[in-house]
Amino acid sequence: MHQEDIVIVTLKVNGVERPLAVEPRRLLCDALREDLGLTGTNLGCEQGVCGSCTVLVDGESVRSCLMFAVQAGGCEITTVEGLASGETLHPLQAAFWEKQALQCGFCTPGFLMAGVELLRRNPEPDEAGVRAALAGNTCRCTGYEHIVDAVLAAADGAARERTFAEEPEVDVAAEVVAREGR
Amino acid sequence: MKPPSFRYFAARSADEAVGLLAEHGAGARVLAGGQSLVQEMNARRVAPEVLVDVNPAAELAFVRQENGTLSIGALTRTSQVESDATLDGSLTGLREAAARVGHVAVRNRGTVGGNLAHADPAANLPPVMLALDAEVVARGSGGDRSISAANFFLGPHRTALAPAELLTEVRLPLPPEGAGSAFIEVSRRDRGWGIAGAAAVVALDREGGISDARIGLSGVGPTAVRARPAEEVVIGERPSAELWKAAAGAAAAALDAPPSDVHASGRYRRHLAGVLVARALAAAADRAERRN
Ligand code: FES
Ligand code: FES
Repeated sequence: MHQEDIVIVTLKVNGVERPLAVEPRRLLCDALREDLGLTGTNLGCEQGVCGSCTVLVDGESVRSCLMFAVQAGGCEITTVEGLASGETLHPLQAAFWEKQALQCGFCTPGFLMAGVELLRRNPEPDEAGVRAALAGNTCRCTGYEHIVDAVLAAADGAARERTFAEEPEVDVAAEVVAREGR
Repeated sequence: MKPPSFRYFAARSADEAVGLLAEHGAGARVLAGGQSLVQEMNARRVAPEVLVDVNPAAELAFVRQENGTLSIGALTRTSQVESDATLDGSLTGLREAAARVGHVAVRNRGTVGGNLAHADPAANLPPVMLALDAEVVARGSGGDRSISAANFFLGPHRTALAPAELLTEVRLPLPPEGAGSAFIEVSRRDRGWGIAGAAAVVALDREGGISDARIGLSGVGPTAVRARPAEEVVIGERPSAELWKAAAGAAAAALDAPPSDVHASGRYRRHLAGVLVARALAAAADRAERRN
């Protein structure tokens, strides 16, 4: 690799400008994960089929495995890390929690980004609209029903606000002692 | 997998892209939406030495209707065509076809020019362009030339574009007042890869007879094809279920060995082509009737 093959590009990710030196072949997903440490964006197929790598570029969902980092200079990129504000989950994340819309969670970041785009374009989708918008995302665990429920619930504003801070700290050792008397 | 290395050039205009293609020769490829090319690079099926990225060439993204002609810039995203309400009326079929090019994230990036230049036999836009009598504008170092859609698709992933030519736009005559159009496809999973698709444009005269009909098919041969025998069956007749059935039979019978693959047998594709022709004609004629 020659020095001249390295390109300097500044990615604006979740509102923060991040200058990078990358080879042109660096996929956007790898720049996010490897160079910027934003490992929330998952890679399933690396060929545009599964949707797990979905991020928003200038507000629109794209498969980050089908875009080169050098193409994203000057764009506003939103990844799953950009959804929650502080300890407060994004309403769609809260709805996924409420509706148990994830099991292993591998597909979840992609579904969230696709769902966020849908709700921005159409704040009141019907079930068919949700299914069409999520059709490009594959989940191997949930069977999709709870994911669709979660997006509809978020659209209804039905999912209650939830923060990480609300969750009571669990002292596992103390629980074991209490239960087993040791 | 990860894509092989290449040299990258961003083209800010069509002319700059054409210059870069000429300069770098046969090893150079145009990068538009990247929804097929980058996938193939990731799978290491292709390894271009040079990519000429036309995404910065904003002049190539437009949808214009003037003087009875619709022009769509090559860099127009499929999602823009899908959501362009000015195309409603006689061009509903074009919107329908665009709305079924892969999934949302694919349509947000994938381009009209890329869909045509990639020339996949099962792609949605080629049969629509055949049915709409479109022409493709190709720019080379010697200037622009236009190629009719009928002469553009030469085989699977092969087109009449010369290596150093850039597809800059597609133009088509607006269908006559009161025409209707439709696109219908069948895929194993909703919005998955199409097994076959049919685009139809139907124009009705004052008495409700069919004054013109054009049909394009995808997924039934090495390129998208016109279903002329089916067109001949319906022109001059009045819309009816029996007529669509006769057109279906003519379309299916005229196909030259539809391909068999893991998705469907050639026999099924032939059957499907007939069914799709009938449904697309019925939908297009129904829309034409509503508009008259
Ligand atoms: S990893 Fe990008 S679509 Fe599967
Ligand atoms: S939750 Fe496991 S793949 Fe979707």
